[in-house]
Amino acid sequence: MLKLTDVYVWELPVRLSHWVNAACLIVLSFTGYYIGHPYIDSVHPLFYGTNPHNQFIMGWMRLVHFAAAYVFAMGVLLRIYWGFVGNRYARWSAMIPYTRERLTELYYDLRFYLLLDPRPPYVVGHSILAGIAYVVLFLGYLVSILTGFALMSQSHVGFFWKVVGGWILPYFPVQEVRLVHHFIMWFLIVFPIVHMYIGWTTDLVEDNCVMSSIFSGHKTCREE
Amino acid sequence: MATDNLLAELLYRGVSRRDFLKFCSASAAVLGLSSSYVPQIAHALETKKKPILVWIECQSCTGDTEALLRATKPTVSELILDVLSLDYSETIMAAAGKQAEKSLADVLKNQKGKYFAAVEGSIPLAENGAYCCIAGRSSVDIVREVCGSAIATFAMGTCAAFGGIPKAHPNPTGAVGVRDAVPEATVINLAGCPVNAENITASIVYYLTFGVLPAVDALGRPLFAFGKRIHDNCERRSHFDAGQYVRQWGDEGHRLGWCLYYMGCKGPEAYQNCPTVKYNEQTSWPVQSGHGCIACAAPNFWDEMTPFCRRLPQPFGITVETTADKVGLAVTSATVGGILVHTVARLLRRKKKPKEESKPQPKTEWKGPQWHE
Repeated sequence: MLKLTDVYVWELPVRLSHWVNAACLIVLSFTGYYIGHPYIDSVHPLFYGTNPHNQFIMGWMRLVHFAAAYVFAMGVLLRIYWGFVGNRYARWSAMIPYTRERLTELYYDLRFYLLLDPRPPYVVGHSILAGIAYVVLFLGYLVSILTGFALMSQSHVGFFWKVVGGWILPYFPVQEVRLVHHFIMWFLIVFPIVHMYIGWTTDLVEDNCVMSSIFSGHKTCREE
Repeated sequence: MATDNLLAELLYRGVSRRDFLKFCSASAAVLGLSSSYVPQIAHALETKKKPILVWIECQSCTGDTEALLRATKPTVSELILDVLSLDYSETIMAAAGKQAEKSLADVLKNQKGKYFAAVEGSIPLAENGAYCCIAGRSSVDIVREVCGSAIATFAMGTCAAFGGIPKAHPNPTGAVGVRDAVPEATVINLAGCPVNAENITASIVYYLTFGVLPAVDALGRPLFAFGKRIHDNCERRSHFDAGQYVRQWGDEGHRLGWCLYYMGCKGPEAYQNCPTVKYNEQTSWPVQSGHGCIACAAPNFWDEMTPFCRRLPQPFGITVETTADKVGLAVTSATVGGILVHTVARLLRRKKKPKEESKPQPKTEWKGPQWHE
């Protein structure tokens, strides 16, 4: 008879950064898309003839974008930090397949997603494939933050802006930097779609409350 | 009349002292100096010996010379350039042939280290510089000799400064700017397509007044002219913040003078004093006249700032009409489609095989991963 137990997997900083990032990505994508492609004018009936401060559209979009970007950067920073000091499920070392055992697990993970196996390998924290995906995701975050600050440094002069992003501009054409920043938005739209689908399917087969664990932090696991 | 003194020559040419002082004030303004520097500038221009200038043209369209010469009425700044001892200039000198080459040789021999050089156009390095030869010598040869022993070289326009349009992909002539052709020379990059005459005279005035060259940015461009972003000083900036954009050439917004950001204006990427100094005696500049900035003073602008009428570059340079957003939308649709296919495959598979059959036996020792019960 299998005994089940409750494990506290996702600590508060992990859940906090997850939801901060999720909220920021929605805000940043929406405002960022407008900044790159201003699809609405202040002469739109929604704004025209109303209080003039409603017609400061690009100004508001940029303000919200930059403010959300700082919050997002802090959320990412928090998670990176927690990857070094958090519990064993939160650590970066749990996401990179550097042992033979974990590589085997990667193979079975792939078999599950190719519908060759009915269930994924049993893990309490991230499956190894998820771990790799999150490392790639965070690299995307970092590139996005770096290119964002680099673009910001075009109009902000000073040492701080050089350090946080301006230093890359002599090495890359600024329009390419902008294009990369724009493409990462699309990557960050695609990622959550896949992320939620996989969360849902694994929840169905693992039956271990993975979907609710990102709210509560708790998963139902085998007693060991 | 030939004198060594700048003011004497200006007075002789009918420029009043009042106009002269106005010019000094304007120069101080372009340089970002306070009005207390005006007497110092005036004093320097009155007393200093007029500098000798040698103007070399390489792979150029002569647009920079044109920008200086095509003023509608003679201006003081034009005369300043005129009364520089312009001892050699392919386009406007009276001498020709051997006589012209002799005047250049004389300057190089007698005024070594005492003259200014101006270079217009890029310098081809491929095939030993065979793509641009003057009087039987390659331009790279000439430029090395002329710029090597000049006080300083003014790279006039983007071609001379960074290689410009001749350097654009695929660059068959191996064109480069003066800095790359003569690394040992002191070069002031007066970029722009064409160079702004106000910035040339201001740079020369700065040197005559203070005896040193103006401070430059990382690209060798004087900070007084290239230190500020066009977007931040643009007269259409309020329309940008208000979300009022030209959507199509000639539409209502275009006629009302709205922001050209949507039409690919590169003002947010460009650094120059166009919005304040403007061109052709403060008449106008590209954005005022209704077209977006193309960042002509940036290195490699022809490759990196294109398409000029679009906000973002063409991704991967593959097709004419692909935009980043079309690629993004395609990837997103493919993802959603993939998920639907995966779901259908999963459901079909579940129907075919009952759960229990396909479930592997629990392992007692590690021979692969453990499975859920």
